[in-house]
Amino acid sequence: MNVLLDHFPEFVDGFIGTVSITAVSTVIALVLGIVVAGFRVSPVPPLRFIGTAWVTLLRNTPLTLLFLVAMFIVPEILFPGMSAFVLGSLALGFYTSAFICEAVRSGINTVPLGQAEAARSLGMTFSQTLRMIVLPQATRTVLPPLSSILIALTKNSAIAGAFSVTELFGWQTLMSEQGYAIAPIFLWVAAAYLVITFTISGIFRLLERRLEVAR
Amino acid sequence: MSASVLYDTPGPKARVRNRVFAVVGTLAIVALIAVSIMRLEEKGHLDYAMWDIFNYSGIRQNIADALIATLKAFALAAVGSLVLGVLLAVGRLSDHKPVRWFATGFIELFRSIPLLITIYAVWVGFLTDYSMWALAIGLSIYNGCVQAEVLRAGINAVPKGQREAAYALGMSKTQVMTYVLMPQAIRAMLPTIISQLVVTLKDTSLGFIILYPELLYSARLIASNTQVNGQYPYVSVIVVFGAIYIALCLALSALATWIEKRGRRAKTGIKAADGDAVVLANDAAQA
Repeated sequence: MNVLLDHFPEFVDGFIGTVSITAVSTVIALVLGIVVAGFRVSPVPPLRFIGTAWVTLLRNTPLTLLFLVAMFIVPEILFPGMSAFVLGSLALGFYTSAFICEAVRSGINTVPLGQAEAARSLGMTFSQTLRMIVLPQATRTVLPPLSSILIALTKNSAIAGAFSVTELFGWQTLMSEQGYAIAPIFLWVAAAYLVITFTISGIFRLLERRLEVAR
Repeated sequence: MSASVLYDTPGPKARVRNRVFAVVGTLAIVALIAVSIMRLEEKGHLDYAMWDIFNYSGIRQNIADALIATLKAFALAAVGSLVLGVLLAVGRLSDHKPVRWFATGFIELFRSIPLLITIYAVWVGFLTDYSMWALAIGLSIYNGCVQAEVLRAGINAVPKGQREAAYALGMSKTQVMTYVLMPQAIRAMLPTIISQLVVTLKDTSLGFIILYPELLYSARLIASNTQVNGQYPYVSVIVVFGAIYIALCLALSALATWIEKRGRRAKTGIKAADGDAVVLANDAAQA
């Protein structure tokens, strides 16, 4: 208990750090993941190839290595002096985008072919088919895997702490270096992560109930 | 007829449009890569000297040692997580309430805590001088929980008649589990189990935080200790180590795909799981 009360402001900073890097990289991952999924299901072979290469490359590289890339190579190519927070979010977002792409792609693939064929034979245009027939059905199947991917992203954000981004893992190392017993530190950090992951799964349960239809 | 829900078989106009997209897309990507290479070239990261460091026998030895250290930690973690996974899966399906509760609580707790937090706590709390064991135990705890859920899904997927027939033959609960349910569950879930092992392999790179000299640790060490023309060779080191990691992971994934294909060919009536689908559902998007 002492360790939390004595260092409450730092703990709050760490908690906010974890929440914000999670939020920022979620946005990056969702945007990129959906775009790459679009590439992978497009009728244009080179784009499909780019999508496949993207997913294979990112899924088989340890996230820690991506953090190294973000911290040491990206500033050399883009502008130097980007903050560790931005670079960390980029690494986390790019990594997770590969998993989101796969979830979205398999979601689109679960929509029965007949649905789109029926829509086309009713004379719907491509965008109408996509907007009114395919996407609503795909969204519902994508939600459960998406929620576990985002929970994994939250957990992965801990690695950012090892690359000097302020978040909860940073608090854990700081406190243990100050000589506090590891068990209470571990429990408080664990509790903080449980709060975040429960919130995410709660939001998704709500979304799933909202979008539920009888099939 | 078309093969996709998203588009019809392209007509002449669409074919032209697709070709335009193909050219534009390819050009954009090639331009992006070219700009990156030019920028790296400008900063001298692509100089011969930067890549020549891999010709030194010392650095080659370092890489070989690191590779062995990574594989050692991975082997320990693979065995540990599978053993723990079987124990926890059996525990979750136990008829004794306390055992069931303990296994469920253990799985839920450690599955929702970042692996790094667990590894670090094990290291600081118990095994400060044995970073390899701290890494292996941390990995085993987290991945054991995931494997337990995979195995449980596999056991539940075994047709009910199998269990009933085994009990009807007079087998004990342990016999039913070890002779009838477990073998079938493992067989059906093998692709998923191996996909999770790929995740475990990637996660060994967390060892650098607890100063275990695996691949990522020595990558950082080499890059920050060798200076070429007044610069650190991060680019060449990351490219080489990235290639090693990707090759290792792809080899393991290829094994999973091969087993999946074999499983589909066999006529046991139990379908081999689709590796990716189940692992995605089991939040395997871990590092």
